[in-house]
Order: sequence, then structure tokens, then C-alpha cells
Amino acid sequence: MSATTTTTAPAARPAAEPAPRHTTGSGRWTASGMLLPFGAFYVVFLLGPLVYTGIAGFFNGSLVKGGLGSWVGLENYRQALGSADFWSSLGHTIWFTVLTTVPLILIALALALMTDRVSRGKWFFRLAFFAPFMLPSSVISLLFMWIYADEIGLAGSVAKLLGVDAPPSWLGDPNWAMISIAAATVWWTVGFNFVIYLAALQEIPREVHEAAAIDGAGPWQRLRLVVVPMLGRATTLVAVLQLVASLKVFDQIYMMTNGGPDDVTRPSLLYVYQTGFTDGRAGYASTVALLLFVIILLISLVWFALIRRTEKEA
Amino acid sequence: MDRGQAYGRGVVRVQNRRRFLGAVGSIAAAGGLSGCGNTVGQAFTGAAGPSSLLNFWHPFTGGDGAQLVKMQSAYRKRHRATDLKSTTMVWGAPYYTKLTLATLGHRPPQVAITHMSRLPTLAASGLLHAVSDSEADAHGLTEDRFQKAALDRARHDGRLYALPLDTHPFVLYYHKDVAKKAGLLEDGKLTDLDGPDKFLDAMRAAKEATGVWGGSIATVKDPAMCWRLWWSLYRQLGADLVTDGGRRVIMDMGAAEEALAYIRRMTAEKLIPANANPNGGAITLLTTGKAGFLMDGEWQLLAVQGALKDKFDIRTFPRIFDDGPYACAADSHAFVLPTAPSPEAQRTDRALDFVRSMLDASYDWTKGGHIPAWQPTADSGEYKRLEPQAHYADAADGAAYDPAAWYSGADSNLHRRFGEVVATVFRGEISPGRAASRMHSAVTDLAKTEAPV
Repeated sequence: MSATTTTTAPAARPAAEPAPRHTTGSGRWTASGMLLPFGAFYVVFLLGPLVYTGIAGFFNGSLVKGGLGSWVGLENYRQALGSADFWSSLGHTIWFTVLTTVPLILIALALALMTDRVSRGKWFFRLAFFAPFMLPSSVISLLFMWIYADEIGLAGSVAKLLGVDAPPSWLGDPNWAMISIAAATVWWTVGFNFVIYLAALQEIPREVHEAAAIDGAGPWQRLRLVVVPMLGRATTLVAVLQLVASLKVFDQIYMMTNGGPDDVTRPSLLYVYQTGFTDGRAGYASTVALLLFVIILLISLVWFALIRRTEKEA
Repeated sequence: MDRGQAYGRGVVRVQNRRRFLGAVGSIAAAGGLSGCGNTVGQAFTGAAGPSSLLNFWHPFTGGDGAQLVKMQSAYRKRHRATDLKSTTMVWGAPYYTKLTLATLGHRPPQVAITHMSRLPTLAASGLLHAVSDSEADAHGLTEDRFQKAALDRARHDGRLYALPLDTHPFVLYYHKDVAKKAGLLEDGKLTDLDGPDKFLDAMRAAKEATGVWGGSIATVKDPAMCWRLWWSLYRQLGADLVTDGGRRVIMDMGAAEEALAYIRRMTAEKLIPANANPNGGAITLLTTGKAGFLMDGEWQLLAVQGALKDKFDIRTFPRIFDDGPYACAADSHAFVLPTAPSPEAQRTDRALDFVRSMLDASYDWTKGGHIPAWQPTADSGEYKRLEPQAHYADAADGAAYDPAAWYSGADSNLHRRFGEVVATVFRGEISPGRAASRMHSAVTDLAKTEAPV
């Protein structure tokens, strides 16, 4: 990463300027020197811990003892891959990703399309849809814990108004807990995708709409065959960012259910947290964390390839 | 001319900048050298700070935090020479992570609070300074002045590692108006609730009085509370869970199932809601008179008091089963001295002096609901007159602590796993028999896992 930047830096210098030969060398040093702080930061806080995690995964390190612990080889990997908890938490992470990614793309698109059509007071809708995204996860969690509270919560009261006699326990019922958390997450983060879509919509030139209209395309045809395909790049961006964000879910689940009821909302990261910090098994938690990193990387690459292909086809 | 002047100014500016940077650098260097006294300096040098400094870490917020501040200011007034630095951290597993890592990194606080249930892990890992008899005696911290059950738990391998501050049991709250309407009061006192049927009948009567629920307990996102109910019943049946530091499972399946079946009766007979959130739900049901009873920890006292004033009372959790001695799930807060790299950093004398001062002020601590472990406070007239605290002071004798194991204790995986199973029984999703075998496989799993200590 730093190599590419270093080579482009001297090239950016206007060729016409008569630059003495010997300063090129010092210019090279300047560029690397300026990159050094970031480079050091990157190595110390990103690459270093990653390598350390990889190494720690081969030891039975403990949080209550210093050092790496003793060598256990692939025992941690064997244990993780053979653990039902590991696979079920991965399943919950993927279920959460499905529950959030799809609506977060579709709802963001729908909201952006509608907001784009508003001629007056567009700022209000932009603000209204984006505002929740600015709240921290702790605020969202507290807010929705009250909304979803049994017996006294808003969600239950609204359900009763709509004629549901016995609304479910939103966060207490294993069938509903994940859906409830996903719904809260969608409300919270839809604004980000919405803004990206809105910007992309405003990039589409008026002439394209006019040409399509002159060619006899109805409103739905224009939307389906012209607007949505032209949003392809935005969709790729939103889909990839969203997938990665959803696979990394932790905060709101940690605060709203802490993985319960009966572990049905425990995502992989919470599993890592529980084995590492609650149980103090640092070595094993490192193994799981590394496995999770590889899995997220693979899923993201496959997803990116798929999206890119459909984008090209469209 | 113009260029020259501009150039000249530039040189001056560069020189000024160099001088400025040089000055900043020397200040920083001087700060670094003399910085042992400040926190940043300590972080780099690992020095323990001036000898007058006493660092104290605790996880007390809310009502408990307010009482603690009172107790600390009493200490500060009498110990002008000590610079007490008290740090409040969020309660739970993260608190223990910080305490552990600070101790491993040779920068521990001189005194810290721990839950007694977390003591076995901390002591076995060599993270705590063992208080010798002579050190304890020098500050009057003698055996006979502590509540016995709590002090018994403060020992590990025969050595004293903690000085208990309180016992905080699982208790039973009741709404006086509801109890009166339900005919459960005799001369202003609650009738006898002991025995499996008597307790449920009382809740049934309360349900008729409220028209909504008889009792309540937090079941959503509160596996620890579910654990406390099950553990109280299970211990009353005379059963135990693990021995040998958690490596051997001695679970009594029959007792586990019997306790779970009793728990299921509460929701099956519609006496309590199967789903209630910790703060919003379970407590509010009591304070709004929608439930007559609340099964919870005494630490909710201030929350309930704030809403109900004197219209409620607390008693020990009823004796449902009498196969074993009376038991109610409980834990204790205790002072510990994390191992410091040197005697100068350890400051045992100053630390124990502080502990003694806090124990002497522990009447203030009881206002938050906790039963004092310090017997001079427990035996004092003012505590015996304190209502409703004095009504459940006996619970300390029946305190059922968590089994000693690396996976048990406050905010542990044992609480989470067992509590989740209890919650599924509350909801009627699985039979008590299947729930007991799920508990068994969970604890067997934990016992098999290599201990991190």
C-alpha cells in the first residue's frame, strides 16, 4: 500500500519544472517520511495484532496469566471447528446479515426514489431519514429496549391497537428476538445507504429520462429499465459495505439481548467476546477470531464477484 | 528587495519554529523524566506514584455509587495525608478484564472491589496479595468481626485473599397494599410462605388482588436472575453442582428437575409473566401494583423505594424445599489487594487502613440494601432499626454462593448458560427433564474445557 503511494508522489511533480537531480532522492525520502507515521500506526495497531492473533491461536493463552501460554498446535482449531456454539453463532451472524442487508438495500432505494421526486422540502426528508444514523449504538439499544419492553413497551401497545391480542415478547421470544434486533438496525442504519442512493440518483442526467419518455417508456418501465440499472455502481457499493457491516454486528446485540434468549441472537463476535473476556481463554478466542476474519473475507470476496458480474450483465 | 525581505522573514520564522519545537521537546523530556508522579508518566515507567497515593477501583454506580462517595469522603476527612484516587468502572466481565490486565501489567490499583464469586479465579491465578494474620490483626480486621459465611468464602487454599464488605442475597419483595387486599397480612406482617404450595397459593391470592399477576421476576436478558432463582431452589434441595475447583460435575439430576418443575409451575399456573425485562418490566409490575411479589436482588431496594416509598417490604426468599439447610442465592462484594510488583507499590498498610475505614462506615453501605459483613455494623442498633433492611438480615446466614470454578461467578458463562435454560422452562418451551439434561451437558462441557487458571 505504501509502495504505490511512494512511486506516484514524484510523478505528480509537473514535468516542466526544472528539478535538480539530487533533490529527487530527498523527495523520495520526504514521501516515505510522511507516510511513516501512518505506516507505523498501521503496523502497530493492525498488522501486529493480526499476526499476534494468528500466533496466539496455536497456544492455550489465558487472560489471567501473562505470556502466550503453552503450545497446543491445532487443538484450538479442532475444538472451534467441532464446537456447536461456533457454528450456531456463525449461523446467527449470517441470519442477521440476510435479515438486514436485503431490507437495507431495498428500503434505502425506495426512500431515495421517493425523496428524489419531492420538489419542495427535500432537505426535511434527507434529514429525517439520515438522522437515526448519527445516533450511537448505545442510544439506539436503550431506545429499542424500551420500545420492545414486555407489558409496557410501545411496540406491544401498537400491536394491540392493530388487533393483536397477545403481542410476542419482542426480545424474549426466540422466534422474534433476531427479527426485532434486525428491525431496529434497519431503522438505525438505512440513512447511510439512502444518502448514497440519493446522490447517485441526482447524477442521472435529465436527458436520459426525457429520451426514455420520448421513446414511449411508461413510469414503471423508466424506473425498472433505466433508473435502477444506472444505479448499478451505487448498488455494488451499498451491497458490499452493508454485507461487511452486518457480518461484524456486535454492539446492539450485546446491549439489547447479550445473545439471548437461549443464545439465538449470539453472533460470532459475541462468541469471541464471551470465550475471550468472560471465560478468559485468550488463545481459543484468538483462533475463533482468526477463523471469523477468514470467513468474512471469503464471503465478501464471493459477494463482490457476484455483484460485479450482475452489474456488468446489466 | 521584496524577495530578500520575504526570504529573511522566512528564515526568522523557521528559526522561531525550531526554537519553539526545541522548547516543546525539552518540556516534554522534562515532563517524561519527572513524570513518575502523573498517570501518563506511570504508564511509561511503571512506577507506582508517590507513596501518598492510594488507587481504588470499584464497579459501583447509581445508588451504591452515591453511598460509596459518602464513605470515601469520610475517609478523606480523617486521612489528609493520603491521596485517595477512586475509579468507577462499568460492572461486569469487562471490569474483571481490566483488573486482571492491570495486575498482569504491574500497574494494579492498591485496593479493588471484587465479587466473592470471582475470587477463586483471581486468587488461583496469583493476582491477589494474601493478607497475613499479622497484617489483618494490625488493623483490627479479625475473624470474629466478619460475617462467617462471607469470610469463609474469602479464603482460598487456606489463605485470606479478600475482606468482605457485604452479602447481597436474592430476596422477595412484596407490595403491602396488594398483600393486605389478598389477605396475606397478619398484624402487618406477611403470613408464612414456606413450602412449595404455600408460596404459590400466596401468589395466587395476590393475582386475584391485582387482577394481573401474582409475582414477577426478570427473565428477559437477565440469565443471572434466572440462575439465582434456580440455584436457591436447587440448594434448598440439598444438592451441589461441581467440586474439585469445577473440574468434576456432581450435579443431582433429580433435584435439578424438581427445581425446574417448580419454576415451570409459576408460569404454567399463570402466576407470573414468562417474559419480563429487568428494569422496565419486572420491577415496574411490582411498583405499579400489577404484581404483589417481586423475586429480585436486594440491590433494587432504592429503585423500588423511589417508586413505592413505604408501601413495600422485603423478606428472605421463602424456604420452598427443606431437604437441605436454608439457602438463597447470594454473593458478596469484597476488598482485595491486587499483587503489586514491589512492597512500595503494594502499600499493604495504607490499603488495609482504607479497608478498615470503609468497613467502619458500612452503615452507609446498608442503605443501598446490602447486608453488612462487618459485624460491628450488623450488630449496631441503628442497623437493626433500619427498615426494611433489617427484615432480611438473616439471609446472610443462608447465603448460597456460586460453586467455586473458573467458569462460575458474577457475569459468568455458567450464569448465562443455566439462566438461559431456566428462561426456556419459564416459557414452557422444553420440559423440566430435558432442561435438566441441557444444564448437565452445559456444565459438563465447561468442566471439560481446560481452565484458563
